Amino acid sequence: MAAASAVLRSEWTKIRTVSSTVWTLASALIVTVGVGAALSAVFNSTFDELSEAERLTFDPTLVSFFGMTLGQLAMVVFGVLVVGTEYSSGMIRTSLAAVPQRATFIFSKIAVAGGLALLVGIVTSFLSFFLGQALLGEHRASISDENVLRAVFGGGLYMGLIAIFSMGVATMLRSSMLSLGILMPFFFLVSQILAAVPKAKEVARYFPDQAGSKIMQVVPDALNTEKAPYGPWGGLGIMLIWVAASLAGGYLVLKKRDA
Amino acid sequence: MIEAVGLTKRYGAKTAVYNLSFQVRPGVVTGFLGPNGSGKSTTMRMILGLDRPTSGHVTIGGHPFRQLPNAPRQVGALLDAKAVHGGRSARSHLLSLAQLAGIPAQRVDEVLGVVGLQDVAKRRSKGFSLGMGQRLGIAAALLGDPQVLLFDEPVNGLDPEGILWVRNLMKKLASEGRTVFVSSHLMSEMALTAEHLIVIGRGQLLADMSVTDFISANSADFARVRTPQTEPAQREKLTTTLTEAGGQVLSEPDGALRVTGLPLPRISDLAHDAGVRLWELSPHQASLEEAYMRMTQGAVDYRSTDDRLAHLQAPLQPGQPGYGMPPQQPTAPEVSQQGWYAPPPPGQNPYAGAPQAPAQSPYATPQPSDTTKDAR
Repeated sequence: MAAASAVLRSEWTKIRTVSSTVWTLASALIVTVGVGAALSAVFNSTFDELSEAERLTFDPTLVSFFGMTLGQLAMVVFGVLVVGTEYSSGMIRTSLAAVPQRATFIFSKIAVAGGLALLVGIVTSFLSFFLGQALLGEHRASISDENVLRAVFGGGLYMGLIAIFSMGVATMLRSSMLSLGILMPFFFLVSQILAAVPKAKEVARYFPDQAGSKIMQVVPDALNTEKAPYGPWGGLGIMLIWVAASLAGGYLVLKKRDA
Repeated sequence: MIEAVGLTKRYGAKTAVYNLSFQVRPGVVTGFLGPNGSGKSTTMRMILGLDRPTSGHVTIGGHPFRQLPNAPRQVGALLDAKAVHGGRSARSHLLSLAQLAGIPAQRVDEVLGVVGLQDVAKRRSKGFSLGMGQRLGIAAALLGDPQVLLFDEPVNGLDPEGILWVRNLMKKLASEGRTVFVSSHLMSEMALTAEHLIVIGRGQLLADMSVTDFISANSADFARVRTPQTEPAQREKLTTTLTEAGGQVLSEPDGALRVTGLPLPRISDLAHDAGVRLWELSPHQASLEEAYMRMTQGAVDYRSTDDRLAHLQAPLQPGQPGYGMPPQQPTAPEVSQQGWYAPPPPGQNPYAGAPQAPAQSPYATPQPSDTTKDAR
């Protein structure tokens, strides 16, 4: 029985010895921080043009996280590639021949990759926050303000969970191309568009990204957005259910199907 | 020791492996032979617990693979040389596998040396040739110093030096008392490497015997007799004489006679009594390759045809000759032209002699040679 600690070490070796790890995680960080900073600067200079309602619910913390809409896509790529390349390269057979206990294998892999994604996510989140606030000038929030720390930390959790969700999906679909083909349009287009369509948004607000991103709001219904039937932690809980479902689905597929 | 009992694997309607039972014993190299698509790789994957058998079971040392304690230390396998992440260096690839089994990193450098990849250890495996990939795969199999080794087509893509190296490596591993199970579709390679053979066709067992037994059971011995080319009458006279004496005679394209059923001294005596001079009288043995092809003729899934217009080919139906039938005893002359596989002259490449179109697979149905006529 291959011990979980051995699998964890092996997976860490795997993850640090491919360049895709560095460039996906680095672009997640750079894009999130960069776009967040740019939008913070824009909001700062155009604050007076916002509507009354938007000004009243202005949420400087959330604004500094706007870059995540793009940055999360790099996290999706990271999560998909970590699992998907095992299948596309055929490495999965070598791995499973060495670790016949499939639960140990997949959950160790996701623990290592997910842990790394969470770490990078939290670093990204804090960088986004501090850089964004610096650029928001007089509209800035402080880390010591009520709920701000929760939002910043939650932003990191959100990015990590997006990556873990993608790993589960890739394990279910057993293909990088297929997983990216579904997840990228979903997070970049479908979810965002449906969230803006009446009626559809009733459903869309339960999507993992829509629900999970509530954790980053300090002001409830920030920037005069639609009122959600759940709070920040409720939203994160909904996202966690999605993540758990994708992991369970992935595990079942791996357990049932021939490698 | 690998033991399969009634192993069956179906993918939907297609049966890849059917009721396969065999044992692979330690101490010898066991060759696992079959045409492409005969179920070799599927069987290998089932041994390694990657595919679940539809029915039956296979154990290694008495345990199903998935229940083996620390599997990488007990079983090493090369399944697919391309099954590595191309962006990872050879050394990192092996290191990640070593860590799974708690194998120290020095062992990684050791096996890299054993397979001769130490100079490219830090290079990404993306740029590796097929031969280098095979070496990397073999290194991975050797990593845990396992007692049971499985190699799926290990010599694919290797140069002659590499093939020789693999051959000697297999023999050495077996001589150390390990169980070595090597699949191949090349009988000629297995004849040199393996001591025991397991032959399958269309997922069914065709033979499970030692190489020596396989040769004696399947080889067709014959004598080549040549009379002076200048005197065709002598040839006809000898043919009649030998046939009357109970031999079977076939004519070869260049005019030589192929005689079975009579020992060499008897042929000489008969020729002498008939007053026929002989220019050649030599013993020949059909090669293992031919015996194997004869055996698997009916069990080849993918074969090319001469008729370029007939793109689709009716698959062989069960019950037709050759389908899962026990190997025919090659009593050469009784074999019809269709079934007769002409052995090549000695020392010649078995493929080179066959009048085949270049596109044909070496395992295509032997075309009855136009020039080979029954001399009787």
